[in-house]
Amino acid sequence: MKKIGIFLTLFMFLFSGSVLAAPKAGGTFVFGRGGDSVGLDPAYETDGNSFMVCDNIFEALVSYKDESTALEPGLAESWDIAADGLTYTFHLRKGVKFHDGTPFNANAVVFSIGRMMKEKNVKFVGKGFDIPKQDRTPEYWVSMEMDTTIGSIEATGEYTVVFKLKRVEAPFLANMGMDFADIISPTAFLSNPKEFLRQPVGTGPFKFVSWVKDDKIVLEKFKEYWDKTGGPYFDKVIFRAIPENSVRFLELKTGSINVCQFPNPADIPLAKKDKNLQLIAQPGMNVGYLSFNHTKEPWKSNLHLRKAIAHALNRQAIVDNIYQGMGQIAKNPIPPTMWGYNKSIPGYAFDVELAKQELEKAGFKDGKGLGEITLWSMPVPRPYNPEGLKVGVAMISNLAKIGIKARIVSYDWGTYLKKQREQPDDMDLFQLGWTGDNGDPDNFLAVLFDGLASPSIRTQWHNQEYHNLIVKGKTTIDQAERTKIYEKALQVIFDQVGTIPIAHSTVIWPTTKNVMNFKLHPTGSVRLKNVSFK
Amino acid sequence: MLAYIIRRIFILVPTLLGVSLIVFFMLRLTPGDPAELMLGERATEESLHQVREHLGLNEPLHVQYGMFMKRLMKGDLGETIFTRQKVWTEIKHRFPATLELSVCALFISCFVGIILGIISATKQYSVFDYLSMLGALTGVSMPIFWLGLVLMLIFSVNLGWLPISGRLSVLIDLEVVTNFYVLDSIITKNWVALKDSIWHLIMPAVTLSTIPTAIIARMTRSSMLEVLKQDYIKTAMAKGLSKFKVVYKHALRNALIPVVTTIGLQFGVLLCGAILTETIFAWPGVGKWMYDAVMQRDYMVIQGGTLIIATIFIMINLFVDLLYAVINPKISIK
Repeated sequence: MKKIGIFLTLFMFLFSGSVLAAPKAGGTFVFGRGGDSVGLDPAYETDGNSFMVCDNIFEALVSYKDESTALEPGLAESWDIAADGLTYTFHLRKGVKFHDGTPFNANAVVFSIGRMMKEKNVKFVGKGFDIPKQDRTPEYWVSMEMDTTIGSIEATGEYTVVFKLKRVEAPFLANMGMDFADIISPTAFLSNPKEFLRQPVGTGPFKFVSWVKDDKIVLEKFKEYWDKTGGPYFDKVIFRAIPENSVRFLELKTGSINVCQFPNPADIPLAKKDKNLQLIAQPGMNVGYLSFNHTKEPWKSNLHLRKAIAHALNRQAIVDNIYQGMGQIAKNPIPPTMWGYNKSIPGYAFDVELAKQELEKAGFKDGKGLGEITLWSMPVPRPYNPEGLKVGVAMISNLAKIGIKARIVSYDWGTYLKKQREQPDDMDLFQLGWTGDNGDPDNFLAVLFDGLASPSIRTQWHNQEYHNLIVKGKTTIDQAERTKIYEKALQVIFDQVGTIPIAHSTVIWPTTKNVMNFKLHPTGSVRLKNVSFK
Repeated sequence: MLAYIIRRIFILVPTLLGVSLIVFFMLRLTPGDPAELMLGERATEESLHQVREHLGLNEPLHVQYGMFMKRLMKGDLGETIFTRQKVWTEIKHRFPATLELSVCALFISCFVGIILGIISATKQYSVFDYLSMLGALTGVSMPIFWLGLVLMLIFSVNLGWLPISGRLSVLIDLEVVTNFYVLDSIITKNWVALKDSIWHLIMPAVTLSTIPTAIIARMTRSSMLEVLKQDYIKTAMAKGLSKFKVVYKHALRNALIPVVTTIGLQFGVLLCGAILTETIFAWPGVGKWMYDAVMQRDYMVIQGGTLIIATIFIMINLFVDLLYAVINPKISIK
């Protein structure tokens, strides 16, 4: 028996070359994507196509693990958090160089992060740098409310930086791993601030070479990269813009590109059959939801009505037919891969009878007295919802089965976002969603549903118990304790039907078979350091 | 003639002023603004205000227009909202791509369209005439998108003769001088790049040329038929001239006048209307760029791009008018 076991192990070792093959150094990796980058200065970009290139040129103080948003040391080797949660001391890695040959040190950190501050409360060690006035809004910095979080940044030694916070902010460390907090070369930036976004210089595994607008961005291996474990393996990496999904897939089939970002769902089965291709899948860190206009009655205070809607929706059919299987039903409004996810929540079952009973209890038997309601639906595909309008139509037919008459309302995307925020009277139900930034539950639960925190929260659901839990979660540093708080908050939102989570989409990208170790990250970032050819 | 040209160029000024006014205010009337689209789901009143402030969108409309015109007087089209690049620099990078493609497509259209039109006219109601006009009808009504994909499947995926998309294979390096890749390959004597860039041009140019070919063929046919019925043609035939000479020497010149007008208009359409072809073939030109700008409400790109395209359109029209005199010396330009 033992002999058979050894033989089998040897057999598997010999014939599973694809799994055990060592990464091969060299070659040019071509990444096919739907659009070009807008700019390559991580502090000022907002789109995925820009960030995926930045992910390979720059690094931040902390970094997310390969397939999760758990944190690990990045350019900071370690960090200490003071007992009061207000002082973070980062101990930086030594011997790291920027692509332009200048050394990475505390002043570079103070400069990179400090340039985004409204009031530049920074201190360099030694001579330091003059921070020029910024001519753009650092959108991520503003939307993550960093100015109200960070009080000052100080370099206390060549390799030590101290961040003093104005308030306890548990997600602070996770925020420092986001793209906007990447560290740039101050020397390169100051030599031509206006052009830095087209000639980026960081410490990452690949350095920038050239950019042909709307066509390709070329990076090459940074030979003096500090981390000698693993890659970078490729000599060159090329990001090619091919706007049309089917054309991009054809390019992959002929082998001119190695990865096809966002293929048409119809091409996935074809890729599965193709012996030269493989599929890489990753549940996205996102949620598509349906919510209520909580600023008006009957939605504001009629819990039974909200329950009736939740049980009337056939979300499985939506995932099967509109997400075309590239998604899963959402039970919580945060993705299941995130810590804090409450596994004991069963989700709203699709149950027409129960929905009818709830509707009767709500005082609208068979929909009488409710009139025709509106269901706002997105006009454009979003990462969390491939076709908002089709999902809306499916929901309307579900609602009709319990007697509720509804009609779709939609505008162009910009107008939709604007009007929705105003919570107009002619909006009853609306669809929207979110893609997470940093893997912290606060990034979903506070910004999306805690209406008491700010009038610009899109759901405007006002629930004191929920609000208290969210505030507590934000100001508690211990993660185990925070997990409990968020599980409780998720129970409240489920019981009170503050929102109806619909689905989490799954990202599936085909690659050529010779690509090894290519992983999709939940945040959507594309990190090619350890990717190679077989 | 010179006075005529100068006068026409002077007319440019009020025309462009009108274009700038219409584009500027129509854009502002369109719902949705760039700040909202830039921030998406994460927009808050505060962040929107900050972004608008930086972009100068919080100023009253007349002030914004005034600023735009002031810059324009200095020859500055401003900076794009999203890529923070001078609009002029962006155009300089993209326009050669579009021009290269359009010129090729126009060349194919003229060559094929005029020949088809002439043969159809001289052999009216023959099988060839029916077939070529059926072909023209198909050409006009063929969805570019579908045609592009079919060509790719046949010539790239199945036969492997032509590359699928782009202007140049990613692994080929070319030193860019003028941004016209074919020309740049010749200037830098990079023969590998020359072959590659021509190979990349074939499918998009053929796809883009289908509609203009059909229009030119039909125009040539009807114009030719009209001319062939005239008395002086009968006289020429009666003189005993060969049919070839009558058609190509006597009839064609006169028949070409409306055809040249059509070609001029088609060229203008090609220059700014290659959006679909550019999208399918991942061709980094002006069409796709302008389309994206409209979707993102990048006001600066749309304003600047429209002004440039309007200028080119007017210049092409002027060129066509001048060409009349060359084709038919009876037409004098004053």
